[in-house]
Amino acid sequence: MTARIRVQTDDFDAGAEIAARAKGGVGAVASFVGVVRGTDGVTSMTLEHYPGMTEREIARHVAEAQARWPLLGVTVIHRIGKLAVGDNIVFVAAASAHRQAAFAACEFLVDYLKTRAPFWKLEERGGNADWVAARAEDEDAVKRWERG
Amino acid sequence: MTLLYFAWVRQKIGRSEERLALPEGVCTVGDLLAHLGARGGSYGEAFADTSRLRAAINQVHAGFDAVVRDEDEVAFFPPVTGG
Repeated sequence: MTARIRVQTDDFDAGAEIAARAKGGVGAVASFVGVVRGTDGVTSMTLEHYPGMTEREIARHVAEAQARWPLLGVTVIHRIGKLAVGDNIVFVAAASAHRQAAFAACEFLVDYLKTRAPFWKLEERGGNADWVAARAEDEDAVKRWERG
Repeated sequence: MTLLYFAWVRQKIGRSEERLALPEGVCTVGDLLAHLGARGGSYGEAFADTSRLRAAINQVHAGFDAVVRDEDEVAFFPPVTGG
Protein backbone atom coordinates (compact mmCIF):
# COMPACT_ATOMS: atom_id res chain seq x y z
CA MET A 1 0.00 0.00 0.00
CA THR A 2 1.19 3.52 -0.70
CA ALA A 3 0.39 6.40 1.63
CA ARG A 4 0.66 10.08 0.85
CA ILE A 5 0.47 12.42 3.89
CA ARG A 6 0.82 16.17 3.48
CA VAL A 7 0.38 19.14 5.83
CA GLN A 8 0.56 22.25 3.68
CA THR A 9 -0.53 25.88 3.27
CA ASP A 10 -1.17 25.36 -0.46
CA ASP A 11 -4.51 24.31 -1.88
CA PHE A 12 -5.01 20.82 -3.32
CA ASP A 13 -6.76 19.51 -6.41
CA ALA A 14 -9.21 16.86 -5.14
CA GLY A 15 -9.88 15.57 -8.68
CA ALA A 16 -6.19 15.04 -9.38
CA GLU A 17 -5.67 13.36 -6.00
CA ILE A 18 -8.57 10.96 -6.63
CA ALA A 19 -7.28 10.21 -10.14
CA ALA A 20 -3.83 9.41 -8.68
CA ARG A 21 -5.41 6.93 -6.23
CA ALA A 22 -7.55 5.34 -8.97
CA LYS A 23 -4.52 4.53 -11.17
CA GLY A 24 -3.86 0.91 -11.94
CA GLY A 25 -7.48 -0.19 -11.70
CA VAL A 26 -7.79 -0.40 -7.92
CA GLY A 27 -11.54 -1.06 -7.96
CA ALA A 28 -12.79 1.58 -5.51
CA VAL A 29 -11.74 5.01 -4.24
CA ALA A 30 -13.73 6.75 -1.49
CA SER A 31 -12.84 10.35 -0.72
CA PHE A 32 -13.78 13.24 1.56
CA VAL A 33 -13.22 16.98 1.15
CA GLY A 34 -13.69 19.33 4.12
CA VAL A 35 -14.41 22.97 3.22
CA VAL A 36 -14.53 26.16 5.35
CA ARG A 37 -18.18 26.68 6.36
CA GLY A 38 -19.63 30.17 5.97
CA THR A 39 -22.21 29.94 8.77
CA ASP A 40 -22.44 32.01 11.99
CA GLY A 41 -20.82 35.03 10.36
CA VAL A 42 -17.48 33.30 9.84
CA THR A 43 -15.39 35.19 7.27
CA SER A 44 -12.14 33.23 7.50
CA MET A 45 -10.23 30.84 9.73
CA THR A 46 -6.62 30.18 10.65
CA LEU A 47 -5.41 26.64 11.25
CA GLU A 48 -2.53 26.04 13.64
CA HIS A 49 -0.85 22.67 14.18
CA TYR A 50 1.94 20.93 16.08
CA PRO A 51 4.63 20.25 13.46
CA GLY A 52 6.06 16.77 13.86
CA MET A 53 3.29 15.42 16.05
CA THR A 54 0.70 16.06 13.34
CA GLU A 55 2.49 13.94 10.77
CA ARG A 56 3.15 11.19 13.35
CA GLU A 57 -0.50 11.05 14.47
CA ILE A 58 -1.76 10.89 10.88
CA ALA A 59 0.78 8.20 9.96
CA ARG A 60 -0.23 6.18 13.03
CA HIS A 61 -3.89 6.25 12.01
CA VAL A 62 -3.12 5.47 8.38
CA ALA A 63 -1.20 2.39 9.63
CA GLU A 64 -4.18 1.48 11.83
CA ALA A 65 -6.57 1.80 8.85
CA GLN A 66 -4.23 -0.39 6.80
CA ALA A 67 -4.27 -3.04 9.54
CA ARG A 68 -8.10 -3.05 9.61
CA TRP A 69 -8.98 -3.00 5.91
CA PRO A 70 -7.36 -4.35 2.73
CA LEU A 71 -6.28 -0.96 1.38
CA LEU A 72 -4.36 -0.29 -1.82
CA GLY A 73 -3.60 3.36 -1.13
CA VAL A 74 -4.37 6.26 1.21
CA THR A 75 -3.99 10.03 0.80
CA VAL A 76 -4.39 12.55 3.63
CA ILE A 77 -3.85 16.26 2.96
CA HIS A 78 -4.55 18.87 5.65
CA ARG A 79 -4.11 22.59 5.08
CA ILE A 80 -2.79 25.06 7.66
CA GLY A 81 -2.66 28.86 7.78
CA LYS A 82 -5.36 31.35 6.86
CA LEU A 83 -8.32 30.05 4.84
CA ALA A 84 -11.38 31.85 3.47
CA VAL A 85 -14.99 30.61 3.42
CA GLY A 86 -15.28 27.98 0.69
CA ASP A 87 -11.59 27.08 0.75
CA ASN A 88 -10.56 23.44 0.98
CA ILE A 89 -9.32 22.36 4.44
CA VAL A 90 -8.81 18.62 4.31
CA PHE A 91 -8.74 15.77 1.82
CA VAL A 92 -8.86 12.05 2.58
CA ALA A 93 -8.97 9.24 0.02
CA ALA A 94 -8.81 5.48 0.53
CA ALA A 95 -8.45 2.98 -2.31
CA SER A 96 -9.38 -0.67 -2.11
CA ALA A 97 -10.61 -3.49 -4.32
CA HIS A 98 -14.17 -3.02 -3.06
CA ARG A 99 -16.29 -0.12 -1.84
CA GLN A 100 -16.93 -1.25 1.77
CA ALA A 101 -13.27 -1.06 2.81
CA ALA A 102 -12.76 2.23 0.93
CA PHE A 103 -15.80 3.90 2.56
CA ALA A 104 -14.99 2.61 6.05
CA ALA A 105 -11.29 3.55 5.95
CA CYS A 106 -12.09 7.03 4.64
CA GLU A 107 -14.61 7.66 7.42
CA PHE A 108 -12.30 6.20 10.07
CA LEU A 109 -9.47 8.52 9.00
CA VAL A 110 -11.69 11.64 8.98
CA ASP A 111 -13.06 10.80 12.45
CA TYR A 112 -9.54 10.37 13.84
CA LEU A 113 -8.23 13.52 12.14
CA LYS A 114 -10.96 15.50 13.89
CA THR A 115 -10.31 14.15 17.37
CA ARG A 116 -6.63 13.16 17.55
CA ALA A 117 -4.50 15.08 15.02
CA PRO A 118 -3.13 18.25 16.69
CA PHE A 119 -4.82 20.98 14.65
CA TRP A 120 -6.67 24.00 16.09
CA LYS A 121 -9.06 26.31 14.25
CA LEU A 122 -9.29 30.02 14.99
CA GLU A 123 -12.52 31.40 13.46
CA GLU A 124 -12.57 35.03 12.35
CA ARG A 125 -15.79 37.04 12.24
CA GLY A 126 -15.07 40.53 11.02
CA GLY A 127 -12.60 41.88 13.62
CA ASN A 128 -13.21 39.12 16.21
CA ALA A 129 -11.41 35.80 16.47
CA ASP A 130 -12.44 32.79 18.56
CA TRP A 131 -10.83 29.37 19.01
CA VAL A 132 -13.25 26.65 17.95
CA ALA A 133 -14.33 24.37 20.81
CA ALA A 134 -14.12 20.61 20.37
CA ARG A 135 -17.51 18.97 19.66
CA ALA A 136 -18.85 16.07 21.72
CA GLU A 137 -20.37 14.65 18.50
CA ASP A 138 -16.87 14.23 17.05
CA GLU A 139 -15.72 12.37 20.15
CA ASP A 140 -18.81 10.12 19.89
CA ALA A 141 -18.09 9.50 16.21
CA VAL A 142 -14.60 8.21 16.94
CA LYS A 143 -15.82 5.89 19.72
CA ARG A 144 -17.57 3.60 17.26
CA TRP A 145 -14.17 2.58 15.88
CA GLU A 146 -12.85 1.50 19.27
CA ARG A 147 -12.40 -2.21 19.63
CA GLY A 148 -13.14 -3.81 22.96
CA MET B 1 12.73 19.86 29.27
CA THR B 2 11.16 21.76 26.42
CA LEU B 3 7.61 23.06 26.92
CA LEU B 4 5.41 23.88 23.94
CA TYR B 5 2.09 25.71 23.94
CA PHE B 6 -0.56 25.84 21.22
CA ALA B 7 -3.77 27.71 20.32
CA TRP B 8 -5.32 29.75 23.18
CA VAL B 9 -2.81 28.38 25.70
CA ARG B 10 -0.01 29.95 23.63
CA GLN B 11 -1.96 33.19 23.21
CA LYS B 12 -2.84 33.47 26.89
CA ILE B 13 0.70 33.04 28.21
CA GLY B 14 2.27 34.93 25.32
CA ARG B 15 4.88 32.39 24.25
CA SER B 16 4.99 29.20 22.19
CA GLU B 17 8.03 27.55 23.75
CA GLU B 18 10.29 27.62 26.81
CA ARG B 19 13.03 25.57 28.46
CA LEU B 20 12.60 24.38 32.02
CA ALA B 21 14.79 22.23 34.27
CA LEU B 22 12.57 19.50 35.76
CA PRO B 23 11.38 21.17 38.99
CA GLU B 24 11.77 19.35 42.28
CA GLY B 25 8.71 17.29 43.17
CA VAL B 26 7.36 17.22 39.59
CA CYS B 27 6.84 13.62 38.45
CA THR B 28 3.79 13.71 36.19
CA VAL B 29 2.08 15.90 33.60
CA GLY B 30 -0.42 16.86 36.31
CA ASP B 31 2.40 17.93 38.66
CA LEU B 32 3.89 20.03 35.86
CA LEU B 33 0.52 21.71 35.23
CA ALA B 34 0.21 22.56 38.92
CA HIS B 35 3.79 23.91 38.95
CA LEU B 36 3.13 26.16 35.92
CA GLY B 37 -0.23 27.32 37.26
CA ALA B 38 1.44 28.30 40.56
CA ARG B 39 3.47 30.91 38.66
CA GLY B 40 0.26 32.95 38.72
CA GLY B 41 -0.58 35.74 36.27
CA SER B 42 -1.31 34.54 32.75
CA TYR B 43 0.02 31.07 33.65
CA GLY B 44 -2.40 30.89 36.55
CA GLU B 45 -5.24 31.76 34.18
CA ALA B 46 -4.17 29.36 31.41
CA PHE B 47 -3.68 26.37 33.74
CA ALA B 48 -6.52 27.03 36.21
CA ASP B 49 -9.07 24.71 34.59
CA THR B 50 -7.19 21.55 33.62
CA SER B 51 -10.36 20.00 32.13
CA ARG B 52 -9.85 22.41 29.21
CA LEU B 53 -6.31 21.17 28.57
CA ARG B 54 -4.68 18.23 26.85
CA ALA B 55 -1.01 17.20 26.85
CA ALA B 56 1.54 15.35 24.75
CA ILE B 57 4.94 13.95 25.71
CA ASN B 58 7.48 13.66 22.87
CA GLN B 59 4.69 14.22 20.32
CA VAL B 60 2.39 11.47 21.62
CA HIS B 61 -0.89 12.19 23.47
CA ALA B 62 -0.41 11.71 27.22
CA GLY B 63 -2.70 11.63 30.25
CA PHE B 64 -2.11 13.83 33.30
CA ASP B 65 -0.79 10.82 35.22
CA ALA B 66 1.99 10.18 32.65
CA VAL B 67 5.56 10.55 33.96
CA VAL B 68 7.68 13.45 32.66
CA ARG B 69 11.50 13.44 32.48
CA ASP B 70 13.99 16.26 32.09
CA GLU B 71 14.79 15.32 28.46
CA ASP B 72 11.15 15.34 27.34
CA GLU B 73 9.29 17.66 25.00
CA VAL B 74 5.98 18.35 26.76
CA ALA B 75 3.16 20.19 24.98
CA PHE B 76 -0.02 21.72 26.41
CA PHE B 77 -3.01 22.59 24.24
CA PRO B 78 -6.82 22.63 24.10
CA PRO B 79 -8.77 19.66 22.67
CA VAL B 80 -7.97 19.45 18.95
CA THR B 81 -10.34 20.81 16.28
CA GLY B 82 -8.91 19.80 12.91
CA GLY B 83 -10.52 18.03 9.96
